[in-house]
Amino acid sequence: MKRIIVVGNGMVGYKFCEKLAAHSHRSQFDILVFGEEIRPAYDRVHLSEYFTLESPDELLMASRNWYQDNGITLRTSELVSWIDTENKKVTTHKDESFDYDYLVLATGSSPFIPSIKGSEKEGIFIYRTIEDLEAIQSYAEKLKAQGKFQSAVLGGGLLGLEAANASKELGMTTHVIEFAGKLMPRQLDQPASDLLQAKIESLGMSVHLGKNSKEIIGNGHIERIDFADGTTLPVDMIIISAGIRPRDEVAKNSGIAVGERGGIVVNNKMETSVPDVYAIGEVALYNNNIYGLVAPGYEMAGVALDQIMGGDKLMSPTIDMSTQLKLVGTEVASFGDPFIEGEEALAIRYENKQRGIYKRINVSKDGSKLLGGVLVGDSSDYNTLFQLYINEMKLPENAEDLILGARGGESKNLLGSVLDLPDSAQICSCESVSKGEICGAITSGGCQDLKGVIKETKASTCCGGCKPMVADLVKETLKSLGKEVKETICEHFDYTRQELFDLVKLHNVLGYDDALDRFGKGHGCEVCKPVMASIFASIFMETANKQVAIQDSNDRFLANIQRNGTYSVVPRVPGGEITPEKLVVLGQVAKKYDLYTKITGGQRIDLFGAQLNELPLIWKDLIDAGFESGHAYGKSLRTVKSCVGSTWCRFGMHDSVSFAIRIEERYKGLRSPHKLKGGVSGCIRECAEARGKDFGVIAVEGGWNLYVCGNGGANPKHAILLASQLDDETCIKYLDRFLIYYIRTAGPLVRTAPWLDKLEGGIDYLRKVVVDDCLGMAEEFEREMDGLVERYACEWKEAIEDPETMKRFKPFVNTDEADDQLVFVPLREQKMPKPW
Amino acid sequence: MEEIVNLYQTVQHADVVSWIRVGAVTDFPENAGACIKHKARQIAVYHFTRTQKWYACQNLCPHKMEMVLARGLTGDAGGIPKLACPMHKKTFSLEDGSNLNGEDYSIATYPVKVEDGNVYIGFAD
Ligand code: SRM
Ligand SMILES: Cc1cc2nc3c(=O)[nH]c(=O)nc-3n(C[C@H](O)[C@H](O)[C@H](O)COP(=O)(O)OP(=O)(O)OC[C@H]3O[C@@H](n4cnc5c(N)ncnc54)[C@H](O)[C@@H]3O)c2cc1C
Ligand code: SF4
Ligand code: FES
Repeated sequence: MKRIIVVGNGMVGYKFCEKLAAHSHRSQFDILVFGEEIRPAYDRVHLSEYFTLESPDELLMASRNWYQDNGITLRTSELVSWIDTENKKVTTHKDESFDYDYLVLATGSSPFIPSIKGSEKEGIFIYRTIEDLEAIQSYAEKLKAQGKFQSAVLGGGLLGLEAANASKELGMTTHVIEFAGKLMPRQLDQPASDLLQAKIESLGMSVHLGKNSKEIIGNGHIERIDFADGTTLPVDMIIISAGIRPRDEVAKNSGIAVGERGGIVVNNKMETSVPDVYAIGEVALYNNNIYGLVAPGYEMAGVALDQIMGGDKLMSPTIDMSTQLKLVGTEVASFGDPFIEGEEALAIRYENKQRGIYKRINVSKDGSKLLGGVLVGDSSDYNTLFQLYINEMKLPENAEDLILGARGGESKNLLGSVLDLPDSAQICSCESVSKGEICGAITSGGCQDLKGVIKETKASTCCGGCKPMVADLVKETLKSLGKEVKETICEHFDYTRQELFDLVKLHNVLGYDDALDRFGKGHGCEVCKPVMASIFASIFMETANKQVAIQDSNDRFLANIQRNGTYSVVPRVPGGEITPEKLVVLGQVAKKYDLYTKITGGQRIDLFGAQLNELPLIWKDLIDAGFESGHAYGKSLRTVKSCVGSTWCRFGMHDSVSFAIRIEERYKGLRSPHKLKGGVSGCIRECAEARGKDFGVIAVEGGWNLYVCGNGGANPKHAILLASQLDDETCIKYLDRFLIYYIRTAGPLVRTAPWLDKLEGGIDYLRKVVVDDCLGMAEEFEREMDGLVERYACEWKEAIEDPETMKRFKPFVNTDEADDQLVFVPLREQKMPKPW
Repeated sequence: MEEIVNLYQTVQHADVVSWIRVGAVTDFPENAGACIKHKARQIAVYHFTRTQKWYACQNLCPHKMEMVLARGLTGDAGGIPKLACPMHKKTFSLEDGSNLNGEDYSIATYPVKVEDGNVYIGFAD
C-alpha cells in the first residue's frame, strides 16, 4: 500500500482528505495527516461567528470521528519541521519520521506583521485562528473591566474590516487604520470606498485612511500609535490585518523551490519542484500569485488528487477573485476587474448617497460583455452580474438596466430566467458546483427540495454567497417539472398559513377537527395545531380556553413552562406604569406562593416557580386586585414599552406613557403569527427602544413618527419609518391596518422584520398598502381590528370563572397529591429549580 | 437520576401483571394528555378521539429529565401517533416510544385498556 502524507489540516488540507476519502481508489492508500493546530480543520471563512457560537466545535469541517471512520490518521498539535525529499520522509518537531510516497503540502498562510517599531508589545493580536479570537476576546474583557475601550485594526482590507466588526461587537470603540487612501483598496474604487466608509462610521467605528503607522508607543501595555505624518491615536489594543504570508518555511528549508516573495512554486498540476511533492491552498504560488480564498484552494485540492491518482486534470488558467463581504449591516461585492476603464472598457456608475448605494459595472467597449464591477450598499444583483461576467454572456441592449433595473414598461429579471444559464455555469465557486449539477439533482428524481439539493451537491455550504441563486434554480426547476413549490405548513395541511387563513374565514370553519376533515389529513401535529389556533384567534378573537387541545403547550396552561416544569406568571402592566398599591399586591402574591420574582426586559414583573395547580389560585388573587393576563405565553401582543415622556422628562415632546398605555390596551390579547412588541418614546433620544420593536412610535415636532418591523433577539433589526408627524388617531389607524395586513399574510412564526424582508416591494409597498390604501382594503382592515378589540376578554378571568377549565390545572387525574419530584434550592434571598 | 430513569421500562400487553384503574374516560381530555400517578411513577395518558385509541408513556422527558410529557401536543407523523415534548418539542412515537427526531434516547410506553367507561394502565409489577 502507498502512503500519502498531508501536511497542514486547514480548510484546503481537509478538502483534499474529503475528496480522497470518497475516491474509488481510496483503499490503495494509507493516509496520514499532520496539523499544527490543536483542533481538526475548521471553517476559517466563518471564523468571526466563533463569538456567537455555543462551542467552537460547531466550526469543525468534520469531527475527529470522521477521520477515524474514514481510516485517516490525524495527528493534531504536531508540526512537520523537515522534509527529506531524497529519501521521501518527513520529520516532526517531536523528532519522529514518517515515509511517504506522495506528499501534499497544505500549510496555508499566516498574517503578515509589518515591521513597525513596538509591534512586539502586549495587546497586539492577529486574526487567523480560534486561539487568536479567544485571546482577543479575553484581552478585550480585561480592558473593559479597567475602563479601557480603544481598539484599532491595522489594515482596511476585507479581513481587517471583518476583524474591526468583531472588535466592535466585543464592545470596543473601534478604529480602522489603512495605509492606502481607500478601504479594501484591491476591490473598491474611490466612490465605493467613500460610501463604505460612511456606512462603517454610521455603525460607530472610525476610519483613518492614508495613515502610515510608524511606532507603537507604550510601557508594558500599549498607549498609542504614532503615524508618519506626525499624528497619533490613543489605543489600548491592536489587531493587525495587513495581508498574508504563505507558510513556506518547511518547504524552503527542505530545498523545495519557493517564489521571491514567498509561496511554494507549483505548475498547473500542483506539482512542486520536487517529484511526488504537491502544494495546494494558500501556500501555493500559482501563476506567480497567492490566492487568499477557499475556492481556488478547493480546486487545487481536486487537481492534486487527480494527478496522484494518475488523472489529467489541470488547474484553470486564470483564477477568479470575485468576493462578497460578510460584514453585518453592510453589503459589499466586487467581481472581475473592478477598475478597468479606458481603451477596452466603459464604466457605468450609479450612486445614491441618500440610500447609501453605489454600483459600478465595467462593460466592454462594444457593449457586449461584462468585465467587472463593484456593489456597495445593495449587492442583491451580485449573483446575476457574476454569472453574466463569468460565463461571458451577451448583455442586454441597455447595459445600464443591469444596475438600474429596466425603467419604463414591465420590469423583468435581467438574466431572463436563471434556467437560461448554460449548464456549465459555475453557481457555487467554493465547492465548484455547476448549474447542470444542481438542476440534475432534481430532474434525476434524487432530490425534492432545496435542502436535499444542498445535501447532495454541497452547493452553498461554504461561504453561502450563492444560496439565493441555488434556491432560485431549485424553485424554477421544480416549477418546470410541474411541481408547485409552496411553503405548506406540515404533512397534515397542503396549504400555506395565508391560504388556511382565507379558507377558515371564507368557509366559516369553526373548529380544528372540522378544518382537518375539510382541508387536511391525519391527526395533526405540534406544528399545525398552534397555527390553526392562532388563525381561529385572529379571525374570531377566540381565547385559548375555547379549543384547549390544539393550543401550543404554554397557551394550554396560560403560562410559560420553566426548566423544572413549573410555570411563570406575568400580569399585564400596560406601558410599564404601575401604582404602588398594585406593586404591593404583586409582592404579597409572590410571598404567599413563594415565587421567585424578577423585573423582566419588557417593563413588567415575572413571578416564577408556580406549580400547575397553583396557577388558578394565584390568578384569582391577581384578578381581584385588577390585573389581567400579560399573554407572555402567547404569540400575541406582549408589551408596549414606554419612556417617561413629557409629563416628567425635561426633553419629552409628547406624553409617551399615555399613548403607550392606549396602544397596549387596544391590542392586548391580539393573537398573531409571532409575538408582537411595541414601544413609544417621548423624543428621539429613544429611551423606550421603540425602533427595536415590531412597531415603534417616536414623538417629534408636530406629532408621532411611526416605525415598523423591528426586533431584538438573535437578528436585531431596527424598525423602518412608515409615516411621520402623525396625530394620535392617524397613528392608530395606520397601526390597525399594518397589524391586520401582517396577521393575514405572514407565515407561521415569522416576525414582522423577516416578513417585510420577503414582502415584494418592501417598505415602499407596505407604505402604499397602509398609507395610500392601494389595495382599497384599509377600511376593512380597520373594521376588522375594531371587531377584535371589541371582543377582547382576559382569558385568565374566563378560566378561573369556569369550574370545567379547572380540571386542566390538576397535576394528576387519579389523586390530589402534589408533584413530589419538584425540588428547589436557595438562590440569593429567593429560590430556583434544583439542577439535575 | 439513573434510578428515576430505570423506573420506566416499556411494558408489552402480554407482560402485564396488574391493570390499575386510573380514572373514568371523562376525566381525561380529548386529543391531549393528562398525567396519573401510580406509586413512584408518573404516567402520561393520551386519548386520540379520531381513532378512539388510548396511549400511555412515561411523563419524564429523557431529553432534559423533566416531568412534562403529559403536557405536550399530540398528533401523527406519517400515520405514527406521536407526542411532542412541551419543553423543546422533541417528538416520540406513542406506539413504541422511539425518538422520531433520530436521537438515541426513547421513552417507555404502557398498554391502556378501557372497560365500562374506566381507563386502566398495565404494569409488569
Ligand atoms: C422573561 C423575559 C426575560 C427577563 O427575565 O427579562 C423573557 C423570557 C423569555 N423569552 Fe424573551 N423574554 C423577555 C424579554 C425579551 C426581550 C426584551 C423586550 O421585550 O423588550 C426580547 C428582545 C426584543 C424582541 O423580542 O424583539 C426578547 C426576545 C426573545 C426571543 C427572540 C425573538 C426574535 O424575534 O428573535 C425569543 C425566542 C422566540 O420568541 O422565538 C424569546 C423567548 C423567550 C422565552 C419565551 C423562551 C422560552 O421559550 O421559554 C422566555 C420565556 C420565559 C418565561 O417563562 O417568562 N425572547 N425577550 C422577558 C419577558 C418580557 C415580558 O415582560 O414579557
Ligand atoms: C477571518 C477570515 C475570514 C475569511 N473569509 C473568507 C471568505 O469569506 N471567503 C474566502 O474564500 N476565504 C476567506 N478566508 C480565507 C480562507 O480561510 C483561506 O483561504 C483558507 O483557510 C486557506 O486554506 P488552507 O488550508 O490553505 O490554509 P489554512 O486554513 O491556514 O490551513 C493551514 C493549516 O496548516 C497548519 N500548518 C502550517 N504549517 C504546518 C506544518 N509545518 N506542519 C503542520 N501543520 C502546519 C496551520 O496551522 C493551519 O492549521 C478568510 C480567512 C480568515 C482568517
Ligand atoms: S435570553 Fe430569553 S430565552 Fe434566553 S435564557 Fe434569557 S430569558 Fe431565556
Ligand atoms: S425536555 Fe423534553 S424535549 Fe427537551
